[in-house]
Amino acid sequence: MRHVIGWLLLTPAAILLIAFTYWPIGATVADSLFSRGNPIRPSRFIGLENYALMADDPIFWQVLWNNALFALGTIPASITLALLMALMVNRALPGRALARMAFFTPTILPMIAVANIWLFFYTPDIGLIDQIAGLVGLPGHNWLGDPDTVLGAIIVMTVWKEAGFFMIFYLAALQTIPPELWEAARLEGAARWTYFRRILFPLLMPTTLFVLINAILNSFKLVDHLFILTKGGPDNASNLLLYYIFETAFSFFDTTYAATLTVVLLALLAVLSLVQYGVLDKRIHYR
Amino acid sequence: MFHDLKKAVVGTAAATALMAGVAGASTAQAETELTMYYPVAVGGPLTEIVDGMVADFMAENPDITVNAIYAGNYNDARIKALAALKGGEPAQLSVMFSIDIYDLIEQDAIVAFDDIVETDEEKAWLNSFYPTLMENGRTGGKTWGIPFQRSTIVMYYNKDAFRDAGLDPEAQPATWDALVEAGQALTKDDGSRWGVMIPSTGYPYWMFGALAMQNDQVLMNGEGTETYFDAEPTVEALDFWRSLGTEHGVMPEGTIEWGTLRQNFLEGKTAIMWHSTGNLTAVKENASFDFGVAMLPANERRGTPTGGGNFYIFKDATPEERSAALKLIRFMTAPERAAEWSMKTGYMGVSPAAYETEVLQAYVEEFPYAAVARDQLEFATAELSTYQTGRVRKALDDAIQAALTGSKTPAEALGEAQATADRLLKPYR
Repeated sequence: MRHVIGWLLLTPAAILLIAFTYWPIGATVADSLFSRGNPIRPSRFIGLENYALMADDPIFWQVLWNNALFALGTIPASITLALLMALMVNRALPGRALARMAFFTPTILPMIAVANIWLFFYTPDIGLIDQIAGLVGLPGHNWLGDPDTVLGAIIVMTVWKEAGFFMIFYLAALQTIPPELWEAARLEGAARWTYFRRILFPLLMPTTLFVLINAILNSFKLVDHLFILTKGGPDNASNLLLYYIFETAFSFFDTTYAATLTVVLLALLAVLSLVQYGVLDKRIHYR
Repeated sequence: MFHDLKKAVVGTAAATALMAGVAGASTAQAETELTMYYPVAVGGPLTEIVDGMVADFMAENPDITVNAIYAGNYNDARIKALAALKGGEPAQLSVMFSIDIYDLIEQDAIVAFDDIVETDEEKAWLNSFYPTLMENGRTGGKTWGIPFQRSTIVMYYNKDAFRDAGLDPEAQPATWDALVEAGQALTKDDGSRWGVMIPSTGYPYWMFGALAMQNDQVLMNGEGTETYFDAEPTVEALDFWRSLGTEHGVMPEGTIEWGTLRQNFLEGKTAIMWHSTGNLTAVKENASFDFGVAMLPANERRGTPTGGGNFYIFKDATPEERSAALKLIRFMTAPERAAEWSMKTGYMGVSPAAYETEVLQAYVEEFPYAAVARDQLEFATAELSTYQTGRVRKALDDAIQAALTGSKTPAEALGEAQATADRLLKPYR
């Protein structure tokens, strides 16, 4: 009887998860095994041919590499910045509420709006960045039009956008750490850095894990800005996996190949989460 | 407070019900309901203009209700319309990219106008548009798209900058050489003003279609099954585009952003820009300097692709809906409306009759640049459009950007694009 009630209680959540998560994942995997169909030539089962096609697709490898660079560029930088900002506004300082607010503002703005603003920051010559560079006599640069700088430009914008959000979690965690720890450490003669490294940072590890997972997910999930800033160009230099999936599905109408790429994205995310929960979690001290 | 809230909710609900009742009464006499998606690809309050035209249509035809839905840019509009169709939502007609024609035919989504028109008068109407504008709407001997928001590329130039550089503001560069020469005079060494900007994001293949045509080379055949990306004149055209930045130094190197180019021109950062005629009215209203509009220059010949959106009617529409949709399309493209649309936006009047209306004649008299796009039609060709058009287009876009940013030579980049296109188009030949 208790069994039945338990299952009944689970049902609403289970239905939602199955309908909107597991069923679509299953359907995506199934779709990836079929050829692209149209009313004249219906779709047929082709096994792993889409995957072979993908292995031969130079754009796929480029977007994967770009995505790795994007993740490496955004994750450590945004987490470090978030922690620094949180430590800064956790202390008593004049205008603290204002400072917290300022750090958090980029998070409130929608990504599309942010991208539109940064598009004009990065515009050669008339953009904000080049105007400031011009004041100190530096020449203008075509930030988004140069394959060597475009990904970096997008990483900078993403870090700016994300750090404030992660700061909030650190700030909340910092508030729960009792001040006695700092007093005790000081009595023992610990320097500020030692206190941070040996006491504060370990206590913040659960938060860091949470933030890290979010940051990794976001580095694969966030592509809104590409629609405005570069459309993945020039020549795919800023193209990311999810944007490529979008292009394949909705510009090229190749839903089965898009499904194939999606399976790769899902597998990647699954592996990353497993590693994090499986390995890192064991080393973290939860109070 | 909760009590007030409750009262407010109940009141709103009652009002909504009442309004729904009224609306129900008014739609009761409406026999046909149409849903139309339309895109806006350039700046300006174009949605208001379309909505206004639709409202006029409904006032004239009380038996037809039209839901005109603004759907973002061309890509978004196509996605939304097709998603609506697949999801069983009603959609009877849509304005979509003229170059979507092969994809829409392949998806079996649209119906040819030849199968809808009945009377001789309606058949004659199909031939009332500029033939060049019909090129992207016709294939396999049938008409699938009716031109609506159509453009060509024109050259906008800053006359004040021309005077400043010691050039005659009325002597518009008419050849590639003249363009380079003027560009060199106009470019300032300190980087505060460039000679020319040709946008290379967003729609690079479109701008490139102009350069290739000027070198007397089209990019594809009329059946949408062959491309000529690696033909010698095509490669030369890309060489020339690249040389504007690398060799002649009149254009910034790297890619130039489509979305911010108009702002660059309006701020005087470039003396010449190539852009859609769809920007004409916005430039006219916002330029603080004396500007001119010219046809694109020639190398072997003048040339530009046409661009923009066509009306399509979806196959799922019932016969009554199809004829109502036809009525709406005829209303929207009638000479007076086409004239008004052209004046408010800069898009072309789609038929010769539009330019014969009094209003547009008076407008052209006062603002001769409004007719540049029309005059250029004589030299125009279809916009790049093939089967598998999204992928073929992307292959060309990537090649252009690779060449402009210097990561590949034009010949190398275009050779790869042609190989990709050949692979994609083989099954259709």
